Amino acid sequence: MKALVIDDSRAMRMMLRRIVSQQGFDVVEAGNGQEALDEIDSTGAPDLCLIDWNMPVMNGLEFVQAVRARTDARQITLMMVTTESENSQIVRALAAGAHEYLIKPFTADALVDKLSMLGLSA
Amino acid sequence: MSTSVSVEDFTFVAAYLREKSAISIGPGKEYLVESRLASVARETGYDDVTALIRALRQPIPNPEVGLAVVEAMTTNETSFFRDHHPFEVMRVQLLPEVISRNAMQRRLSVWSAASSTGQELYSIAMLLDTHFPELAAWNVTLHGTDLSTEVVAKANSGRFSPLEVNRGLSAPMLVKYFERQGAAYHIDERLRRWCRFQQMNLATSWPPMQQFDIVFCRNVLIYFDLPVRQQILERIRKSLVPGGYLVLGTAESTVGVVEGYTAVRHGQTTLFKTV
Repeated sequence: MKALVIDDSRAMRMMLRRIVSQQGFDVVEAGNGQEALDEIDSTGAPDLCLIDWNMPVMNGLEFVQAVRARTDARQITLMMVTTESENSQIVRALAAGAHEYLIKPFTADALVDKLSMLGLSA
Repeated sequence: MSTSVSVEDFTFVAAYLREKSAISIGPGKEYLVESRLASVARETGYDDVTALIRALRQPIPNPEVGLAVVEAMTTNETSFFRDHHPFEVMRVQLLPEVISRNAMQRRLSVWSAASSTGQELYSIAMLLDTHFPELAAWNVTLHGTDLSTEVVAKANSGRFSPLEVNRGLSAPMLVKYFERQGAAYHIDERLRRWCRFQQMNLATSWPPMQQFDIVFCRNVLIYFDLPVRQQILERIRKSLVPGGYLVLGTAESTVGVVEGYTAVRHGQTTLFKTV
């Protein structure tokens, strides 16, 4: 299984990479939504995207909308991983097509729980 | 989490825990070893988790370090819908049976016997509200007890941190049942009023209690020796209606401990039904 970690913080990408690697994923990274779309174009659709909300160039919500508009990427599981934690924002992300939502800061256990709920853990 | 646990170290810790506490941790839990043992390493004066495990692998390890490792790895953690599968069995199997049985009296009672900060009982409340709306017209008792007065007060408050609502709650459930107020998430007031938490020590004398249709007592019996475990299971049996159900932790069982229960297996979950 392949995971695409999308966050403009290198430290956050490294942390997410470690947790999902332990769950058996091969991990690729992108620093914003546009880079992530380019990555999908060049290497194909991953099984899972972990998506920050606030990023330069293309934010996480715009990325979710862009992915949902593509016919070749419908099977990707999309999880927001963000500090944005108002109910209205969670509802917006789900309405745009995100499957799950993890609020920063989070523990490794919480992310593994969410993957398990989505049927994606080791 | 500055160090990574090697495969060899992880295998050693898993075998050590199995030997010392009969608790098993499988592949994919490396992060758990890292995160739990990082604080033990700090507190016991080792540079990192690798150094701590190296010390544990000595022919005669320091018993205090061994104990600290076992405690850190077995400390009862809690989350909403913990382990998922018991709640699925409850939704598909257990509740339809009990609801049908109690249809005349319109009464349902559930006890979370080691309720910690309330996630288990509130998960049951969310499950009832989502899947069994007819229960709104029933007399439903959702009772929680815990040893610690402090955690009972927190459970009764119905307030959870972002870290806590991240654990086990799906995003749709979070927005349906919680409202953000400042830094905390408040559970829906209707559900909060449904659940009542009280302090109680399972290992000493019990206050008079009603009888329950379902009792959850997960991952707590492992902390007691056999005679106390027997006593608790016997008292729970008396607190259950005939044909009532006990839900234990994955590694726990009444079999070979006490009489009066029949084990009923549903996939990964075993229910213990009173005879």
